[in-house]
Formats: sequence, structure tokens, C-alpha cells
Amino acid sequence: MHGVFLACGLLTIGFVLLITVYLVVSGIPAIHRIGFFKFMFGTKWASTAAEPSFGILPFILTSIYGTAGAMLLGIPLGFFTAVYISKFAPKAVRNVLMGAVELLAGIPSVVYGLVGMLVIVPGIRTVFGLPDGASLLAAIIVLSIMVLPSIVKVSVNALDAVPREYEDASLALGANEVETAFRVAVPAARSGIAASVVMGVGRAIGEAMAVMMVSGNVANMPLLSKGGLFESVRFLTTAVASEMAYSAGLQRQALFSIALVLYLFILLVNAILNSILKKGGGK
Amino acid sequence: MKKKVALVLMVVLAMAMAFATGSSEKSANGSSVSTDGSTSMEKVIGALGESFMQQHSSITFTYNPTGSGSGIKAVLEGRCDIGLSSRALKEEEKAQGLVETVLAYDGIALIVNPNNPIDELDVDTIAKMFKGEITNWKEVGGDDAGIVLIGREAGSGTRDGFESITKTVDACLYRQELTSTGDVITTVSQNPYAIGYASLAAIKDTVKALAVNGVEPSEETVKDGSYAIQRPFVLVTKQGVALSSAAQMFFEYATSSEAAPIIGAAGAVAAN
Repeated sequence: MHGVFLACGLLTIGFVLLITVYLVVSGIPAIHRIGFFKFMFGTKWASTAAEPSFGILPFILTSIYGTAGAMLLGIPLGFFTAVYISKFAPKAVRNVLMGAVELLAGIPSVVYGLVGMLVIVPGIRTVFGLPDGASLLAAIIVLSIMVLPSIVKVSVNALDAVPREYEDASLALGANEVETAFRVAVPAARSGIAASVVMGVGRAIGEAMAVMMVSGNVANMPLLSKGGLFESVRFLTTAVASEMAYSAGLQRQALFSIALVLYLFILLVNAILNSILKKGGGK
Repeated sequence: MKKKVALVLMVVLAMAMAFATGSSEKSANGSSVSTDGSTSMEKVIGALGESFMQQHSSITFTYNPTGSGSGIKAVLEGRCDIGLSSRALKEEEKAQGLVETVLAYDGIALIVNPNNPIDELDVDTIAKMFKGEITNWKEVGGDDAGIVLIGREAGSGTRDGFESITKTVDACLYRQELTSTGDVITTVSQNPYAIGYASLAAIKDTVKALAVNGVEPSEETVKDGSYAIQRPFVLVTKQGVALSSAAQMFFEYATSSEAAPIIGAAGAVAAN
């Protein structure tokens, strides 16, 4: 029986290795042919033009801005929701809220995209008086909703795990419930909360379908100073997904290179997550 | 236990090998049809090939998506049975002995929101709009509002068709590049100032298809050539070179009325 478990474990590692090796092998040639700096810092992407150019800086910046924006909106909302669920909500309310969060986590991303396309995009268009609402902002709003479940669920678990004695001691010393929650429970659960944020970042940076449907998908540089929040943009994920179907030659290889860059981003996020969890565990 | 597993594995392997040799013999005895060319024709030719192989299980059908130019060249050099081109043959290509047979027409409809007062544009105006030379609807007689250009992703057959017919290749300044016909239609139906393009067969009531040069897009106007934004899907063969019997069978099947509904389902208008 031991062998079966070992085989399962090895199979999983094998898949990870296979994907890594495949991505590196198929991603390197295009970077080599295009030139590392031209590829990473080029500002123009025109993969099927007569004189193609393959610069992915617009995608990298869009992914960073989009994720940062989603976190800016999602962290406060998710954090306060988690504190409320864990520390203040009556049992019935807690069950309803947790159920809703679970449901939010289970909704397929294409549904988020569709709702974004039908509600958020026209909404942005009318609210800001723009010709079209498909923009970085629309993607940020959709992503901020999509990261909520990761943030809320993991934070609630962390807050629930704070020993009751800490809070009892705080209350006995005369602190009220709010002070106890924010001065005692939250600091005690901080590594778990930080982990929830990093998980949210991972979710946001890896999302393709939903942002593809609301971000407009044109390879513009996202210049925040010039109203770039309302520009049509393309993320790293959508750059791969949108052109893969009909791509050929160097274009296809360059798409693999983008996937490799994305993969490195995700590795970085995971490394941060691991180091946070280790620190938390060490205490 | 281990021995049993090994035994089962060996039996499975032996069966697989027997099956593999059997099937390879079959395809050697049976024959094949190879097609090569236009990537835009992928859907049409793929659907035809599939239904053809269902009827003739002994014939292998292959399609090599290389582009119209290479497909035509492949026929000329005898590297495939039938070439596929999403444009009519040029005079010099015909002079080299190539023969074109129109399989179907690809009509591309220009779509706007139903609330847009514009009903008709000409090809020049459309090209200017997509190149960003006309940016406001009032310049073409509509409301005073910016034109929102909705297109398809690089590499899409519809985009390639639209841009090559309107001569705007690589020059379109899209506001959105969407990855499916459905997304284009949904987006246009949501935005009163959007204009986009989509395969004629996919148009729904939620959007309005514009008349181009005064001609309404429909199967008939695409077929008789009066609707301007369309292109032929052509089967290319070489004069004096007889097709293999399998290729001849496919050729006849594809151009028969029997194949028309399949071509229609794949988004084009059958020629026959």
C-alpha cells in the first residue's frame, strides 16, 4: 500500500516538473530570438503585423496594476468581513455569510466575466461618461470581487484559531470588544491574514477568463497618469489565452515565453506565501 | 499480484500493437485526401472533413493550416491534393494552370447597436472609421458621440477577412479585441456607440447589421456578389493533374448540395 501512496506523490511532483520543464523549453527560444530586453521591456506588441514586434511590458504592467488595484479594493473589504464573521457575527449570520463566501468561491470565472461584461462595463461607461467601459478599472473591480473568498476564508480561519484566553484576558483588563478584536485577535492572527492576502494576489494574477471579457484586450501601455484606468488593456494571462488558438511560428513561441514570465510571477508569489507561513509557524 | 499485473499489461500491449498495425495497414490500403492552405477556412473544411470521414471510414482526411498563399503553392508543387484559398486566384496563378472552384462565401456583417440611427455605410467610410480617421458618429450622420471600435484578436479568420477586404490590415485602432463572435455581439448590443464585425451566419436580433454600399447583408446578396464585405473560400486544383479517387470523392462531396448545411453550420454561405 505504501507504494501506491508513493506513486501518487511522485506523480504529482512529476506533473509539476513536466510543466516547468515544458514551459522553460518552449519559452526560452522566443526570448532568445527576440532578445531579452526587447521582449521584457518592449512597449509594443503586434504579433501578426508585417513587421511583428513582441514587447510585453504593457502586459506585465497591466498585470501588476490590475492585481494591486484589486488588492486595494479587496483587502479592506475582505479583512473587515473576516473580522466581523469571526468575532462579532451571531451564529446564524455567520453561517449565512460563510455560505455566501463559499458560493462566491465556487462561481466559475466565466460567469464573473459575463456579469462584468453586462453590468460593470456599461456601468463604468455611464458613470464616467466614457465612450466605452471595457477598461483596467472594470478588470480591477471584477478581480477585487474574485479575490474576496481567498481573503475572507483564510483570514476567518486564522482569526478563529486565536486562543480564547487571549481575548478573555484583554476583556478582563477592561478593553471593549472592538479593541480586543483589532488589538489582540488581529495581531495574533497576522501571519494567517498575510497569507490570505498573498493567496488573493495569486488568484488575481492568474485569472484569465473574467478579465479577458471586461478589460478590452488591446495591447495598450497602461499609463495611469493619462487616464489609463479607463483604457483598454491586456493582462499577461489574456495575452496568452486570446492569441493561442490561431497562433503560429514565432508568435506561438512568444506566447509560451509570456506563459513562462507569468509562471515566474506565480513562483514568486508562492515563495512569499511560504516564507510568511514558515515565520508564522515558527513562533 | 505483481505477476498478474505484468500479465495484464502484456496482453494490453499486445492488443494495442495488433490494433496499431491493423489500422496502419488499413490506411495504406485505403487512401487519403490532403488539403493545405487558408487558416480562415479551418472551421468549414474541418466540418466537411469530419463528415466525409464518417461516411468513408477507410479514407484519411488531413488539413494543414498554412495560409492561402502556401496552400496555392502546395498545389502547384504537388504537395497536396487540394489547396484552400480564402481569396480568388490571381491571373498569374491561373496562368500557371491552377483552377479555382468556389466552395463557399464568407460574408462579414458590420454590426451596430439597434439604437444607433445609422443603417448604412460604404466600404471607404468603414475603413476610415476603423483606421481612426473618422472618430465621431456625427461625421457619418449619426449622434454626436465617439465611435467605439470592437474587433477580434490577432490571428482570427474574421479579423483577417474584414481587414483584408477593407484594406485596413494592421491599421485598425480597436477599443476592444475580443476572442469570440459571441463576445463581439454582446459588447455591441450593450454599447449604443459601438461598431464591430462578425460572421454573417452568427448575427442575432440584439444587434443591427448595416447595409454596405446600399446592399443589405444576406445569404443571397453574399452569393450574388452584391454585398461588398465578403470573400470566396476556394478549392484550388491543378489543370491536367487528375485527382486521386479519394480526393475526387471529397471534391464532389464538398461541392455537392449535401454539404451545404454543414458549410452553413460552420458560418459560411455554401456556393452550391
